[in-house]
Amino acid sequence: IMCASAKYNTRGPALIPRMKTKHRIYYITLFSIVLLGLIATGMFQFWPHSIESSSDWTVEKRSVHDVPVVKLPADSPIPERGDLSCRMHTCFDVYRCGFNPKSKIKVYIYSLKKYVDEYGTSVSNTISREYNELLTAISDSEFYTDDVNRACLFVPSIDVLNQNALRIKETAQALAQLSRWDRGTNHLLFNMLPGGPPDYNTALDVPRDRALLAGGGFSTWTYRQGYDVSIPVYSPLSGEVDLPERGPGPRRYFILSAQMALHPEYRSELEAIQAENGESVLILDKCTNLSDGIPAVRKRCHKNQVFDYPQVLQESTFCVVLRGARLGQAALSDVLQAGCVPVIVADSYILPFSEVLDWKRASVVIPEEKMPEMYSILQSVPQRQIEEMQRQARWFWEAYFQSMKAIALATLQIINDRIYPYAAISYEDWNDPPAVKWSSVSNPLFLPLIPPQSQGFTAIVLTYDRVESLFRVITEVSKVPSLSKLLVVWNNQNKNPPEDSLWPKIRVPLKVVRTAENKLSNRFFPYDEIETEAVLAIDDDIIMLTSDELQFGYEVWREFPDRLVGYPGRLHLWDHEMNKWKYESEWTNEVSMVLTGAAFYHKYFNYLYTYKMPGDIKNWVDAHMNCEDIAMNFLVANVTGKSVIKVTPRKKFKCPECTAIDGLSLDQTHMVERSECINKFASVFGTMPLKVVEHRADPVLYKDDFPEKLKSFPNIGSL
Amino acid sequence: MQTRKKYIFLTFLASWLLLFFFGGDRLRRFAFFSGRKAEAQRNWPHWTDRSLLNSFADPEELQSDGDPSLPSPRERRAARLSVYKNSRCRMETCFNFSRCEKHGFKVFTYPRERDQPLSESYSKILTSIERSRYYTPNPEEACLFILSIDTLDRDHLSSQYVRNVDEKIRGFPLWNGGRNHLIFNLYSGTWPNYTEDLGFDIGQAILAKASFYTESFRPGFDVSIPLFPKDHPQRGGERGWLYQDSIPPKKKYLLVFKGKRYLTGIGSSTRNALHHIHNGKDIVSLTTCKHGKDWEKHKDTRCDKDNVDYEKFDYQELLHNSTFCIVPRGRRLGSFRFLEALQAACIPVLLSDGWELPFAEAIDWGKAAVVGNERLLLQIPSAVRCIHPERVLAFQQQTQFLWDAYFSSVDKIVHTTLEIIKDRLLPHRSRSRFLWNTLPGGLLARPDFSTHPGDFPFYYLQHGSSPSKKFTAFIRAVSPSGSLSQPILRLIQAVSGSQYCAQILVLWSCEKPPPPSGKWPQTTVPLTIIQGRRKLSDRFFPYTAIQTDAVLSLDEDTSLSTSEVDFAFVVWRSFPERIVGFPTRSHFWDAEQRRWGYTSRWTNELSIVLTAAAFYHRYYHSLFTEYLPAGLRELVDGLAACEDILMNVLVAAVTKLPPIKVTQRKQHKETVPQQVGCKEGDAGTPPVGELSPSPLRSPPAKVKGTTGAAGGRRFSQRHDCLNQLADWFGYMPLVSSQLRLDPVLFKDQVSVLRKKYPRLEKL
Repeated sequence: IMCASAKYNTRGPALIPRMKTKHRIYYITLFSIVLLGLIATGMFQFWPHSIESSSDWTVEKRSVHDVPVVKLPADSPIPERGDLSCRMHTCFDVYRCGFNPKSKIKVYIYSLKKYVDEYGTSVSNTISREYNELLTAISDSEFYTDDVNRACLFVPSIDVLNQNALRIKETAQALAQLSRWDRGTNHLLFNMLPGGPPDYNTALDVPRDRALLAGGGFSTWTYRQGYDVSIPVYSPLSGEVDLPERGPGPRRYFILSAQMALHPEYRSELEAIQAENGESVLILDKCTNLSDGIPAVRKRCHKNQVFDYPQVLQESTFCVVLRGARLGQAALSDVLQAGCVPVIVADSYILPFSEVLDWKRASVVIPEEKMPEMYSILQSVPQRQIEEMQRQARWFWEAYFQSMKAIALATLQIINDRIYPYAAISYEDWNDPPAVKWSSVSNPLFLPLIPPQSQGFTAIVLTYDRVESLFRVITEVSKVPSLSKLLVVWNNQNKNPPEDSLWPKIRVPLKVVRTAENKLSNRFFPYDEIETEAVLAIDDDIIMLTSDELQFGYEVWREFPDRLVGYPGRLHLWDHEMNKWKYESEWTNEVSMVLTGAAFYHKYFNYLYTYKMPGDIKNWVDAHMNCEDIAMNFLVANVTGKSVIKVTPRKKFKCPECTAIDGLSLDQTHMVERSECINKFASVFGTMPLKVVEHRADPVLYKDDFPEKLKSFPNIGSL
Repeated sequence: MQTRKKYIFLTFLASWLLLFFFGGDRLRRFAFFSGRKAEAQRNWPHWTDRSLLNSFADPEELQSDGDPSLPSPRERRAARLSVYKNSRCRMETCFNFSRCEKHGFKVFTYPRERDQPLSESYSKILTSIERSRYYTPNPEEACLFILSIDTLDRDHLSSQYVRNVDEKIRGFPLWNGGRNHLIFNLYSGTWPNYTEDLGFDIGQAILAKASFYTESFRPGFDVSIPLFPKDHPQRGGERGWLYQDSIPPKKKYLLVFKGKRYLTGIGSSTRNALHHIHNGKDIVSLTTCKHGKDWEKHKDTRCDKDNVDYEKFDYQELLHNSTFCIVPRGRRLGSFRFLEALQAACIPVLLSDGWELPFAEAIDWGKAAVVGNERLLLQIPSAVRCIHPERVLAFQQQTQFLWDAYFSSVDKIVHTTLEIIKDRLLPHRSRSRFLWNTLPGGLLARPDFSTHPGDFPFYYLQHGSSPSKKFTAFIRAVSPSGSLSQPILRLIQAVSGSQYCAQILVLWSCEKPPPPSGKWPQTTVPLTIIQGRRKLSDRFFPYTAIQTDAVLSLDEDTSLSTSEVDFAFVVWRSFPERIVGFPTRSHFWDAEQRRWGYTSRWTNELSIVLTAAAFYHRYYHSLFTEYLPAGLRELVDGLAACEDILMNVLVAAVTKLPPIKVTQRKQHKETVPQQVGCKEGDAGTPPVGELSPSPLRSPPAKVKGTTGAAGGRRFSQRHDCLNQLADWFGYMPLVSSQLRLDPVLFKDQVSVLRKKYPRLEKL
């Protein structure tokens, strides 16, 4: 089965027999040449169109006026009116879309034709600039297909963006004669200005049968939820005027209204608000006495004062967007562009892309009846929230309003999400501005769970050849009541592990895993043998931890299953002189890391370490044979946003017969290396995820004046 | 070796050339044939004159979209009211908002009539409303009305079908065409078509219905509710079945279904196809023909074999051990299966086209379920196989969150329905989708408190912010004498010495007026006196004076040092959603008396932090006062020492996590029972028995007889309190912890000079 997503590798680390590097490079090059050849041939064989088309159409220059003319007989069929009960499962032919590994719909665009009636009068303008941009964007996107037989969605090139610019009956006839029309099934029409005088319907009046409508200005009565797509009314000013983003914060005016041709009743209500609140409210209107040559759309006036539009929108915190004859207003786009929080007063209006966008984060919706209370309603919005709304408004414009391309792609993505819901874009991806995506953390283990104690933990001992010490560790760890399994990762390829009979006899299963390469990352591999959520990583020379200490560590982990729970803590510090991070192993009042020489953590982090470690950190660690613990600390802190938990007073790992770790720790070069690791990782992560805390976890009655024998964890060890 | 290499290289080269040759051949042939299709459109052309094209609308037309000939907005609104009624109802046309303005969102339930039998489920719904903080017995105050006629089962073949509903409703003077009414329904229509018809005219009433079909659903007006069984608990509710996040998040089966196969009638096309995806390995899809009386009449060739296979698997076993569960439509669109799968953390794969999913106005189902298409059943196995394990893990956790937040009890289902309607009344004061879909969920994130995620204790990480750097000390004073005692003076000094203290508030809960400002000690931070109303629940009132995120709650006789306060606050900033404090207590299940026990002995565990000295987020004041039903607060005001337990229970119910104990310099004595009216005499010395050690990890021995009279009474009151609270909540929310957070160098044998909090170690 072809899946777009990466497969979970549950096998052990690569067990390929080692080859000499020289040979490897040779074979890899050879293989890739053959692969390239295969791909190239495949391209020639199966996608002849794409190769041809590039030569066909980019070379040939054509004018819109040269397109074929189609004459529509007066009696050619007209589609049924739109069916209000249409939903994806009733009117949409989902079989056309099929299952595909990329979960992308295929969109076909009909070629451009000029439609004329019997008398040769054209039915509409051939195509508007905006519709051309929209179709170009679709054609350039990965949704596009030129194969009408493989298409799932059809977009007619008949431009219906503005209903007033077309002849309704004839346009409908033009639609009906499209080659795959079939009652409009799987056809998508884009319309921004629906309706016309006198009643201004809120959806396109062109009969369109089952076609989906991406419309600007839907009301809740014409919008077929889950079928139609509500889109913005594009404002051509977006392309003309460059309004640089303005930082959030207080602005000169609190409320601004800059729409022209408002209904007098609305205008008088706005003026009443202004009269009550004075200077902070600004109501603008069309300028009456502008000198020639200045476009009226770019100026607004209040009494004799002239303001530049849309620049003036940046001067206000809130900008009113009232309904006009239609519900959808191009002003909404201008307001968002200016980073002004829209105050939407248009009852029953379906906001653009409301299926996926959370407008509560970017706008204030006020019922028309409540307009007089606008000022007090807006005053009740907390300042911090206003700032976020300003940022959010600007983000919506940048992502979904600023060009016809943005509008087109968002529309197609929404339809795509309906057809492949299991591959849909998440709420966060639709709504969070890049700054929020960057600063926020979404913990993959977000559910507050305290795992049952009965499951216990799996101890993983990474060992090379210190068999004697290893056996002592195994014996010690096996005394911990909650140990459920012991896994020895035998990292020595040149030597076989001792025979079964020589291993200590312990009460829990003991498994030995042999690795293919002596790599530090083998200790963090999500071995299938790990059947518990809790993992205790322990070095083969850590014998000083008492059974109580380990058991307590496990209990603490249960209360904080999404954190690293370890014994000796370490700290990172900013070295002001050198202007870089520094590793600190002094006994400080703060910790930001724990050593993984003995630490509890969730098995999930093994998976993350092995498959999701950013950049080249994993290989770097393996190459340097150092800092795997720092890498793990970075990884966990980065993904959860939480600090480590240091348990018990333990400050260092000391073992009588070995000098490796502590001997090294004191070593200056070791410290320099560790500091380098921190700097390296911080640059790869692009941030310093480690969190500094001043606490450690002790048993409730630790050092309390209380009989030791009544304490759960009396023997908690020392420094 | 060399020759071998050369040989391999040559072979590769040859095969590559061969492939290219064939490919080239194919290419030539394509080029030949494609000449015929020259007319076909390839890419959208880059028109030479594209820059000359006209805009779709004149800029002036776009900017001034008005038409003076149009009716005035007011007229239009009035006209709308008469047009958009009944099946086209929306809040703005069928709901009278003005009813909700004066008294807020109040819900009235019609008095129950004696001769009117109520189904178990409907009486639970009514009880939920009557126990809620929105209930009003006065129809004048009501914003929303609930009928006492059981409308849950509208299948007229059912025994619970109530007849002549139309007639009865017309007799109600409050009915008013159904305006501002909310009607609950679980089953509509009957064999064979199971239409959406309720058998009476609901008029302009809001319909909260299970198995809602999108076409008849009035968006923004109706509410889709889940189908729940009649033994669904009133409150509390069972927890979900996910006890830990397994990695990889795979269970024994990938996808399961076990249920009826309809041979004919509505819904049969889906149910009849389900057996196709059964592979006997990781996909188990079992159907039975045995249902109804005359199934054998319609029996087909599969039935006998299917019926045998069907018995081989246990439904519960499948539910527990599958990653995904198919939730197909039945005769109606919704099924019990949906909630069962949700609780079991078995990710629902919905095959129920046109089903308006429960609470879809608030809940983002894309995060917890796979919305399949009935017509694409055969794609389901490959689709779910392709879902990345990380998403599966997130899905599983989300099912548990949603189950626990909105579905596990009738109370939650009813409250979610009400809150969704309430959110519509003031759109600018409603929850964003973020609040609904993030822990702890919409019911616990009150938009009346704030609509800004940064103001709540729960969202700092997702929001990328952190709690404020200062705290407000909130001291409850009950000094009987009306003057300032030594302890309170010392306490004010100690607290105001903290570098993190923003202000001190004193809640003066005495009959006598507080001493004049000159009598209060001079502090570097502002000190404000608030006159209390002498109720115990007062101390958790959301006073506007509390402006910092953190509140340090204190009793006047609490003894704390500045470094204790400093350290505790630093710890709280790491755990802003929990209570972080000093003296602790614990609860235990007393198997002998079959009730919950409370102990203040020194134990190895803790589950309660006394609010006599504790940090917590100010939002909990708001939850305590405005979220908890009035009845519960009255209960607390009636019992002498219950308010702090309630606060702990509340926070535990919200977070599902234990509180945090931090180092305290010396053991606090059990605080003197606080008297509301500052009466003297009742204040006893701390009962000796309460401080004596208790055996390890076993429930402490009964304290009867070892304590003084006052202590004993107080103690039994706290027992009662705990048990009554467990009853109110429907379960015991308290969670135990075995740890205490100390400074990193606490009591370590290192120089005192190195330690940041050396004073914590002095006795």
